Amino acid sequence: MDISFVIEKFVLVAVIFGISLVIAMYSTYAERKVAAFLQDRLGPDRAGPAGMFQPLADGLKMFMKEEIIPTNSNKWLFMVGPGLAMLTACIGTAVIPWGSSISFGSRVIPLQVTDINVGVLYIFGVVSLSVYGVMIGGWASNNKYSLLSAIRAASQNISYEVAMGLAIIALLLVTNTLSLKEIVEQQHGWHWNVLYQPLGFILFIVCAFAETNRAPFDLPECETELIGGYHTEYSSMKLGFYLFAEYINMFVSSAVMSTLYFGGYNYPGMDWVLLHAGPVIGPLVGTAVLFIKIFAFIFFFMWVRWTIPRFRYDQLMHLGWKVLMPLAIANVIITGIVIAIVEKF
Amino acid sequence: MEPLTSKKKVLVQKPLTFAERIYLPAITKGLSITISHFFKKEATIRYPEVQREMSINWRGMHSLKRDEDGKERCTACGLCALSCPAEAITMIAAERKPEEKDLYREEKYASVYEINMLRCIFCGLCEEACPKEAIYLDGPIVPSDYLRKDFIYGKDKLVEQPLVKK
Repeated sequence: MDISFVIEKFVLVAVIFGISLVIAMYSTYAERKVAAFLQDRLGPDRAGPAGMFQPLADGLKMFMKEEIIPTNSNKWLFMVGPGLAMLTACIGTAVIPWGSSISFGSRVIPLQVTDINVGVLYIFGVVSLSVYGVMIGGWASNNKYSLLSAIRAASQNISYEVAMGLAIIALLLVTNTLSLKEIVEQQHGWHWNVLYQPLGFILFIVCAFAETNRAPFDLPECETELIGGYHTEYSSMKLGFYLFAEYINMFVSSAVMSTLYFGGYNYPGMDWVLLHAGPVIGPLVGTAVLFIKIFAFIFFFMWVRWTIPRFRYDQLMHLGWKVLMPLAIANVIITGIVIAIVEKF
Repeated sequence: MEPLTSKKKVLVQKPLTFAERIYLPAITKGLSITISHFFKKEATIRYPEVQREMSINWRGMHSLKRDEDGKERCTACGLCALSCPAEAITMIAAERKPEEKDLYREEKYASVYEINMLRCIFCGLCEEACPKEAIYLDGPIVPSDYLRKDFIYGKDKLVEQPLVKK
């Protein structure tokens, strides 16, 4: 392992971490602006031209506020909760292929931090761990509302993981591999997986909404029902971490959806671009296309938030277990049958 | 028993159709309605660069008027302070010196005239009570400030500017 390899990986990790934080920061700004335009009003437009420095002002506000830790809370767990939420949100970005490899002369740099051959399973494990951040925060607050919301969040998360896993299994029947890099390479040009697995994609996107606690499944943190949910007792940077972790989760979910179903960094006409743009610019065009897809998904997340009313808790459980799981199992069966028929001929 | 009005409507709760149960058509319709609002002009008014029109009866900040010769009309009679329901006006009267004949109309004038803008409710009773037509509520909205003491407006802020003589 030579030193240049270590430096490459270090730089890649730092760049990806920085980009995900900046995108999460400006997602807060975009959320407010998109929400405003959908509601016939302007969003923040005083802090800088068109309000562009609003996230910096929000970050400064979070730093400056007083840290309050309730007396009867479990102090160690109180501090671990937001940290765990942020940790599981950030490590999800490690296995996503951000582009095909850049080549500088003889060196080939893959634009992916690690290409483990169980990439999809890793993403799943990280998503499951993210439940702990919410649960620990709700429990450690010593507050009935926070506990109720943590319980609801935990049950919602584990219910929708089942349908998500089953949708992924159907996808695996098509791709035959768990490694994200190979899944993206199979979707060259315009052979995106959403064309082969439309029902699987719909199931996955509904479960992604539920996993990131995003409307219409945002019962754990809605203000009208549970005051503040699991982050009622949090202030200053710990609250900032929780809110930030939600936006980073949204970013990682969008990236995973784009990678698994919408072709990652592939786009129709990429062969021509790769031929004419050279070995350094070509892959970066693919990365830009991936980011356009991610931003489109993030916009879709925000669009749905201000359109659909919230699910009641029993409606949510009914949907997760009685509608989505049978649909996912049916999807697996149908996919298996279609693949068997296609292979026969 | 006969219904008492003809407006009675029986509630019908049919079970959901298949299209209603899968939620997706209704969601798509809702999404199209929402996105159409994204492209419409927003209803926000960009205050303070753009202001809305006030009505004819608008009562804003007070101003103490002068007459045609540029002399202050207010004679510190105290009727405005008496009529103020919020007790926002206070004044101290003074006698006009011979050399100040051009500044004040009559021999009594207000040397100190203060209105506490936080107490004032902009009812206009002081404008109706004044016998000299000296105080009118025709100014703008009172601007915001940080300290309570800065809201006690004295004569420097209330008296209108003297007319420029031709």
